[in-house]
Amino acid sequence: MLLLRDAVHFSWHALTANTVRTFLMLLAMSIGVGSVVILTALGEGARNYITNEFSSLGTNLIIVIPGRSETSGGDPATMLGVTERDLTLDDALALTRHPQVRRIAPLNIGGAEISWQGRKREVSIQGTSAQFLKLRHWEMSQGKFLPDTDLQRPKSVCVIGINIRNEIFGAHAAVGKWLRIGDRRFRVIGILASEGQSLGIDVSDSVIIPVASAQSLFNLPSLFRIFVEVKTREAIPKVMTFIKNTLRDRHQGEEDVTVITQDAVLATFDRILTALTYAVGGIAAISLAVAGILIMNVMLVTVSQRTSEIGLLKSLGASGKAILKLILIEAVLLSSLGAVAGFALGQAGSWIIRYAFPVLPAYPPTWAIVASLLVALVTGVLFSLLPARKAAQLNPVDALMRH
Amino acid sequence: MIKLEKIHRNFQVGDQIVHALDDINIIINDGEYVSVMGPSGSGKSTLLNLLGLLDQPSSGKYYLNGGDVTELDEDRQASTRNKNIGFVFQVFHLIPRLTAAENIELPLVLAGVDEEIRKQRVNHALESMNLMERAQHKPPQLSGGQRQRVAIARATIMEPSVLLADEPTGNLDQKAGLNVIETLEQLNQHGITLIVVTHDEALGARSTRSIRMLDGRIESDNTDNKAG
Repeated sequence: MLLLRDAVHFSWHALTANTVRTFLMLLAMSIGVGSVVILTALGEGARNYITNEFSSLGTNLIIVIPGRSETSGGDPATMLGVTERDLTLDDALALTRHPQVRRIAPLNIGGAEISWQGRKREVSIQGTSAQFLKLRHWEMSQGKFLPDTDLQRPKSVCVIGINIRNEIFGAHAAVGKWLRIGDRRFRVIGILASEGQSLGIDVSDSVIIPVASAQSLFNLPSLFRIFVEVKTREAIPKVMTFIKNTLRDRHQGEEDVTVITQDAVLATFDRILTALTYAVGGIAAISLAVAGILIMNVMLVTVSQRTSEIGLLKSLGASGKAILKLILIEAVLLSSLGAVAGFALGQAGSWIIRYAFPVLPAYPPTWAIVASLLVALVTGVLFSLLPARKAAQLNPVDALMRH
Repeated sequence: MIKLEKIHRNFQVGDQIVHALDDINIIINDGEYVSVMGPSGSGKSTLLNLLGLLDQPSSGKYYLNGGDVTELDEDRQASTRNKNIGFVFQVFHLIPRLTAAENIELPLVLAGVDEEIRKQRVNHALESMNLMERAQHKPPQLSGGQRQRVAIARATIMEPSVLLADEPTGNLDQKAGLNVIETLEQLNQHGITLIVVTHDEALGARSTRSIRMLDGRIESDNTDNKAG
């Protein structure tokens, strides 16, 4: 019986003797595996990017929105989407009573013109509380955030984004200056360091004032949102129930708010992007199948090119099984080398993507790596079965005649 | 010992049946030196393939060393070929990417012989074929005569009882051809059964037994008295 070690040695020799053929096969295989790895890394990177963006909004967040997300009856109030009852600061304060609630922050939004020494700018104003800074994971670059005082009491202070600072104050120091917002004046007490988008508003372009000041500035008693940060992820459902019950009790039994979680939004995105990654991986897998067919093709050519060699081996006493073994080992060697090369190619490609786009954490998922390596091996072997069987069944007399 | 009983081998060519071997009965004893001669298409190559278990008879029995080998399955035939039969071809049939030593080693590899023993036996074969200096050369770097001696070393490495040679000098010049024939005859003197298929009358005349074939039949079978 032909020993496995000798068979591997023989097949390896056959591979290395024909470098062009071997190189082309390896190229095909490695492009197949490599594209699966790179494309799934891209998909995974996009997914991670979105997830990260969302968690920068805050973790374990519950968002309370005034108004119901259901349609009922034909009465004009619902038709017009008018909120029946305001979401008030007292509502917000009532939510702090649950032991699992770490912090809450109310939010009011409005647009106003700001000005300082003749420089004017139309910006969006966010009215909120001291808790907002930590809730949103923001950083200060200078000064302080809003003071932690009674929510109900207006205070003429404001915190501005870095862009506002540069546009309005230019070379002057901003902290301590009085900024006019609408028809009132607010003293600048701090400058935000954070940048990027949040709720569709550029952080560096926003002006933040105490919520009570915003209510009177815009003459808007209802809140736009209440953000509730829960201590643990597990407590979120309980706190949601608590919020609904509390607000219903406070609103005379009307359930007129919508409570959503950050997780729900995130989970949706996660699902969409995971599906996308699978789809892209599936498309890339086609190139793997093509590589498999190429391997079959080349192995068939190999068998017919080496017909006289196979005939010779038979005349020297190789059984059909031994020939099958030799051809299959050759295919396994080829496809595993191709798979390893493709893995390296994929990792290198992912690295280049990460290098070129640092925001995109393009790491290929483990399942994609394992699957592509397995598919490479399996297609390599499966597609070589036909040529190998053909070789094993060659009639040695005919085979020896051809040279 | 080789014994063929009522061997027929038919080929289908188009809608005609060709009788490549037609009722062949021969006994070849151990250590004989037999030449098989005849014109092209006389069936001598078919006979050789059949003796070498590369081909199956359409009917009849083939006994090798007492056992019926026509009954064996494909695996057993392969192993019988490996252990009992050596082939020498006109076109050498060496694997070009392997060195002389590796080519000689092949039957041992196929038999699963231990590497240590393989090396010893290959070295021994190289020495007796006077190929020691050529051991690491590949076939394209060898002369025709050297290539055929590599092939002979390969055919005899398993110490078979039968050596089948199909026009072994056909691709060699006279000097190299003579050298190869002398090598084969030397092996025969050491006890191996040597069966040579050839067109070459001079070569055929060297054997101790000469079988002439025509149209798939044995035309004559002469054991001459020349000392062999």
